[in-house]
Amino acid sequence: MGALGQSVRRVEDHALITGRGLYTDDLVRPGVLHAVVVRSPFAHATIASIDLDAARDVPGVVAIYTADDLCDADKGVPTAWLLPELKTPAHPLLARDRVRYVGDGVAVVVATDRYIARDAAEQVFVDYEPLDAVVDPKGATAEGAPQVHDDAPGNLAFDWQLGDEDKVRSAFASATHRAEITLRNNRLIPHAIEPRAALAEFDPSTEELTIWMTTQNPHVHRLLMTLASIGLPEHKVRIVAPEVGGGFGSKIHHYPDEAIAAWCSMKLGKPVKWVATRSETNQTDAHGRDHVSHAEIALDADGKIVGLRCTTWAGMGSYLSTFAPAVPTYLYGTLLSGQYDIPAIHVRTYGTFTHTTPVDAYRGAGRPEATFVVERLLDLAGKVTGLGPVEVRRRNFVPPDAFPYATQVALEYDSGNYEGALQKALEIAGHDELRAEQARRRENGEGKLLGIGFSCFIEACGLAPSQVAGALGAQAGLWESAKVRVHPSGTVTVFSGSSGHGQGHKTTFAQVVADRLGIDVGQVDVIQGDTEKVPFGMGTYGSRSAAVGGSALATAVDKVIAKGRRIAAHMLEANEDDIVFEDGSFHVEGVPAKSKAWGDVVLAAYLAHDLPDAVEPGLEETAFYDPANFTYPFGTHIAVVEIDRDTGEVEVARYISVDDVGNVINPMIVEGQVHGGIAQGIGQALWEQAVYDDQGQLLTSTMLDYALPRAHRLPSFETDRTVTPCPHNPLGVKGVGEAGTIASPAAVTNAVLDALEPFGIDHLDMPLTPEKVWRAMNR
Amino acid sequence: MYPAPFDYYRADSIDHALELLGAHDDAKVLAGGHSLLPMMKLRLAQPETLIDIGRIDALRGVRFEGDTVTVGALTTHHELASSDVLRGKSPLLAAAAAQIADPAVRNFGTLGGNIAHADPASDLPAVLVALDARISIRGTSSERTVDAGDFFVGLLETAVEEGELLLSVELPTTGTGVAYAKSEQQASGYAVCGAAAVLDGERTNLAFNGVAATPVDARDAAKVFADGGDEAAVNAAIRAALDGHDLLDDLFASGDFRGHLATVYGRRALAAARAAG
Amino acid sequence: MGHRIRVEVNGAMHDDEVEPRTLLVHYLRETLGLTGTNVGCETSLCGSCTVLMDGRAVRACTQLAVQADGCSVTTIEGMADGAALHPLQEAFREHHGLQCGYCTPGMIMAAAGLLADDPDPDEVKIRSALKGNICRCTGYHNIVKAVQAAADAS
Repeated sequence: MGALGQSVRRVEDHALITGRGLYTDDLVRPGVLHAVVVRSPFAHATIASIDLDAARDVPGVVAIYTADDLCDADKGVPTAWLLPELKTPAHPLLARDRVRYVGDGVAVVVATDRYIARDAAEQVFVDYEPLDAVVDPKGATAEGAPQVHDDAPGNLAFDWQLGDEDKVRSAFASATHRAEITLRNNRLIPHAIEPRAALAEFDPSTEELTIWMTTQNPHVHRLLMTLASIGLPEHKVRIVAPEVGGGFGSKIHHYPDEAIAAWCSMKLGKPVKWVATRSETNQTDAHGRDHVSHAEIALDADGKIVGLRCTTWAGMGSYLSTFAPAVPTYLYGTLLSGQYDIPAIHVRTYGTFTHTTPVDAYRGAGRPEATFVVERLLDLAGKVTGLGPVEVRRRNFVPPDAFPYATQVALEYDSGNYEGALQKALEIAGHDELRAEQARRRENGEGKLLGIGFSCFIEACGLAPSQVAGALGAQAGLWESAKVRVHPSGTVTVFSGSSGHGQGHKTTFAQVVADRLGIDVGQVDVIQGDTEKVPFGMGTYGSRSAAVGGSALATAVDKVIAKGRRIAAHMLEANEDDIVFEDGSFHVEGVPAKSKAWGDVVLAAYLAHDLPDAVEPGLEETAFYDPANFTYPFGTHIAVVEIDRDTGEVEVARYISVDDVGNVINPMIVEGQVHGGIAQGIGQALWEQAVYDDQGQLLTSTMLDYALPRAHRLPSFETDRTVTPCPHNPLGVKGVGEAGTIASPAAVTNAVLDALEPFGIDHLDMPLTPEKVWRAMNR
Repeated sequence: MYPAPFDYYRADSIDHALELLGAHDDAKVLAGGHSLLPMMKLRLAQPETLIDIGRIDALRGVRFEGDTVTVGALTTHHELASSDVLRGKSPLLAAAAAQIADPAVRNFGTLGGNIAHADPASDLPAVLVALDARISIRGTSSERTVDAGDFFVGLLETAVEEGELLLSVELPTTGTGVAYAKSEQQASGYAVCGAAAVLDGERTNLAFNGVAATPVDARDAAKVFADGGDEAAVNAAIRAALDGHDLLDDLFASGDFRGHLATVYGRRALAAARAAG
Repeated sequence: MGHRIRVEVNGAMHDDEVEPRTLLVHYLRETLGLTGTNVGCETSLCGSCTVLMDGRAVRACTQLAVQADGCSVTTIEGMADGAALHPLQEAFREHHGLQCGYCTPGMIMAAAGLLADDPDPDEVKIRSALKGNICRCTGYHNIVKAVQAAADAS
């Protein structure tokens, strides 16, 4: 049996369970200095002056820099995804005259010890003149709202539309049923459990800079760092991702801090380490979501959807982060068809500046927000039509024979069987019995309120293809690279442009290679996360690594096999076209006895004593794989919640998921990704929210106030799958990293609102806190 | 994450601790540190001197003498929760201590540190009030005992004065008719509302933490409950006890909601205490 | 002003001078080079820094190194017996109880503390005992399975 589809135990784990895994802050360089960034306590203020004298007097302080010092290199922090008519106000590494969010850097202290650096940071006295702030994404566009940037009037970063507005208007005019919703998609703080960190070491002799840092995409970081932030040529900079303790998007983006640490190292000629505290990460890691939306759906007399429209105010925070403009547009508006055949859709998104932490891609990035809009609307549609949540979805699914299916919002779904996933989920849940139990409880008024919620979700994964990405404003391609190096003894090292940080790539990618070459998984090593070792790659985000990075790897392996066939043909004195590679050996088609083992062919390639004409020695191939389309994983998730009638406390009693992520390389890892995603989405639905007060103070800057999912508040999950392979990549895989997070907020919210149905509640915004639910029951 | 510098002294005895306290201005007593160190790491507290009392064995442990259980200030929450003496003689404190935070906090955090910090959302203040506990405090020249009801003076403020050391808590023995019920703050695990009830024939008490700056004594509500008052009557008595307190109002619960939670958790604690008795 | 402390860590005695404000976690990580113990928050709420002190799970970020004077500390580096992994380590690997691995040392130490008290905990007890340890990757599902399996194995 091949290695694909097996729950191979992870090769990553031994180091991580024994404490040997080295994360950025674990790395030590001789003479390392420690940097602390002095941050604004005000959301909006002008800087009148900065007094560094007292801080300079703290013993152990090596240097203190402000914007005035960094200006020689300070090209700032760029935005890498541009929309038409996008306003991209300058984002300097350190604020010069004006701060725009709590946490905006104003100075950096470098000292011999991190405690001392913090002491000195407390002695930097900045004279701020506070100004009014604006924090609400829609409120930011109001007449007279405080302005974040002089060059973005009305705080508008962009005004983006997709779909046919007129067609939607006439669909609504002729519809039998309509439903609408105004909702807020709560702002989230990613909380990768390892805080962001960087260790930069500049070698003045060679003028080479090495940065070990918390990154999901070392090459992208190097490009942005060198092109825009620190003024070194790209080939002189090496970025390494050591062990990275989770990312969820927050370690994709290019922030000032890592560049500041690099700049300090260049300036001082010494290694400089910067490690964020948790309150710093909460203030500075790009946040997620933060939408205010108004959405409507229209259906005909048969319960068939005829139109959908949605207007969204998407908070961008104070500056446009790396991929921020793409998130509430191309990763959101394009997903508003959901799993449904909708003949007319129009979406309009206003991206607005507020005096808050920048907002960017966070696990799911646009797709959880889209799923939430669509799946809330479908529940409301089930109500207004009287069809209920299951039947109204069934009537509107894109049918299995309709693929490839072109939506009204620019995507072409590759493959799917939406009814199949729904049916399976209903069976696992025991839906009929659950409804009977719900009816019993409603009738006798006893026990907790029971609610059943659905989320039939679609996502677009494997961010690609490059041509499309380019047309949509990306300043980079979205392909992936892989290099396969076969050693003379037949073992293999592969170099991948993906950059895992918990996903288990070293295991799954080895499975892909081992399966294709017919060798043991243990004979394959996977290297990633180092710009000096691996070819330029795009990194890991958007559930792209298996679909794009894995496909690049499969393509490179296929090149190796093709070369092996030429060599084997020569060795076997046969025609290359007649050589078959199977189960780890090359043989002449129909003549299995006439064969050469993998190891013999590899050795021949390296001995090079007798190679065919025009075949170079060695066996090493590189592929840059650019997919033909996104992939479209889908599924149905069902949440079963119980609500305490007296306190409004919501408990997720059961959670059922049926995901279809195409072919599966490692079921154990796929399930693990689903579990984690579900938990994060339940967190959004019930507990998590970044809260700012009117003056832009972040009230949830520590774990004392930002509520994360904890073990005792979650159930074990009931996960299952259907398999509808991706038709356009060599592995047939679709991607799984974000599925749970995309699906579960809507499933849980729909379940809570289902439980509250007797109270006549149409909608409640997340998080569904006890007080909010209790008030809804008692209004 | 990095506390500001301070001078550190380790006290060998209670007298030594008092001597050190007398000798240093702006000194803080360090017990387990689970209330103090988080504040220092965020630099919300920057004491010049820390006096570590963690090695004073005389401050540790649970003793039963006469009709009183005496619990040393340094006794950890885990020791409270697992003390056979406490579970047998005065089980409410053990039951509440088992609900504090998580095992690692319970293993190092102490009774004395907890109540001396007087965080209103902490789990123990209401328990001590409901038990009519008495708290022993020593200064250099004298020792005094304060009723739990008088110990919690205000937000993060107790009857322990500068230069004094909290020694121990004296609890009466009770029957098994006790209960602590809490609504957990979803981020921190502290109490949004915690209700401690004692219904053991001897005492008919109810008290809350988490709802106001200091514990709320609601023993009249316990009496209404014990006398067979219906839900509305008990609720009214709880509301009456809350009158005169400014109810806490934060991201997790408004004052209104806390008031409502007090009626729910108050009744639940009372019902559980009756069931356990 | 430095203070001398003597601490037994993973069976070896250490005698060091530390600044009073040095947190135990920084002493372990920076003075002793035991970087398996991680820091994930600053408010005693993530559990990444959990170690065993005299056999009980504690937060290494919420005590000073001077408080550990005379104590015995076990970190994740001290769990395996030579090449033989601790049953919890085995179980976390076998049941995919970790993804990025950052919370894992603290999670394993917290689980070790639980199993020392209660060798046969049910799911509710396991979840309750791990409530102070945040894992952002696994949704806890496989961690719970791993702890159950480790309990069953020993």
